[in-house]
Amino acid sequence: MATLKVPVTPEDHAQGPENAEVTLVEYGDYECPHCGRAYPIVKQVQKHFKKRLRFVFRNFPLSEMHSHAEAAAEVAEFAGSQGKFWEMHDLLFENQARLGDALFAELGERLKLSTPALRQALEQKTFDARVRTDFSGGVRSGVNGTPTFFINGRRHDDSFDYDTLVSAIRAVLDTAKSA
Amino acid sequence: MAQSNVTPIHGGGILPAGTPAPDFTLHVTPDQTLSLSDLRGKPVVLAFYPADWSPVCGDQMALYNEVLPEFQKFGAEVLGVSVDGSWCHAAFAEARHLHFPLLADFEPKGAVAQKYGVYRGKDGITERALFVIDKNGIITWSYVSPIAVNPGADGILDALEALPK
Repeated sequence: MATLKVPVTPEDHAQGPENAEVTLVEYGDYECPHCGRAYPIVKQVQKHFKKRLRFVFRNFPLSEMHSHAEAAAEVAEFAGSQGKFWEMHDLLFENQARLGDALFAELGERLKLSTPALRQALEQKTFDARVRTDFSGGVRSGVNGTPTFFINGRRHDDSFDYDTLVSAIRAVLDTAKSA
Repeated sequence: MAQSNVTPIHGGGILPAGTPAPDFTLHVTPDQTLSLSDLRGKPVVLAFYPADWSPVCGDQMALYNEVLPEFQKFGAEVLGVSVDGSWCHAAFAEARHLHFPLLADFEPKGAVAQKYGVYRGKDGITERALFVIDKNGIITWSYVSPIAVNPGADGILDALEALPK
């Protein structure tokens, strides 16, 4: 059973309380259609478990397959450096079909981020190292495609449809309670 | 373990660590072959997988393609092997922009997989099986994943890391 080798730290992009009973980590790619499909499902799952769940997103761009995935990840990290990671994460998935420089500029404006600073970050690959670090950590943890989920550090080797994810998380909550 | 009409040379089951890796010569393109012994002196990652064109993003071969730089840090060569023919492999590799060779264990079908103990005779495909072979041609790590589970690259990297420098 593959396990998460890189623990969640304050450096991670996380939603939900630090002391939540369950942490769901997603390794994802903004251009991957399956991740696009998982995006609203994760939102529903978060709504379902409320404060009992923390959600963490890490980058796993499959750049050989998806030509905009790496840049999209860097755009999200740039937004993160300005305190707007989740806003950008959501907008990228919601506009997945239009990924590219024009969209990145448009979303940057929408979030009131500096357009020249965004362009410079992409040109200078300022956030490339961060994205690579996520990717390598994912590889060492057994990420085997996108999206890959870990529930309290264990790889979720099952479907990510709503019912399956909810019952997998509930099983972890139940185990924790009975322990 | 699936039964087949060719007796595996080692008596069944995946070849374990410590076993010399059986040599083979397979088509890598329609008009070129590659022998395992050509790669002596470098670590080799041998990845058997059931079929080209599995319908998922980030399938096993695509993942190794992305992770290739990490394998190359160890000087390792990566070889994918399935029972698909070399024309099929060529189309698949082109579609996925794969930067490592895919070998066709096509004729006699699955013969190399059988030597390594990873052929599913009943299904006519290979297991999803991984081997790390050291520079002297000895298997140092082997692993069979459940057929539906992409094993990822973590086990391979751990095994490469464990090789003597």
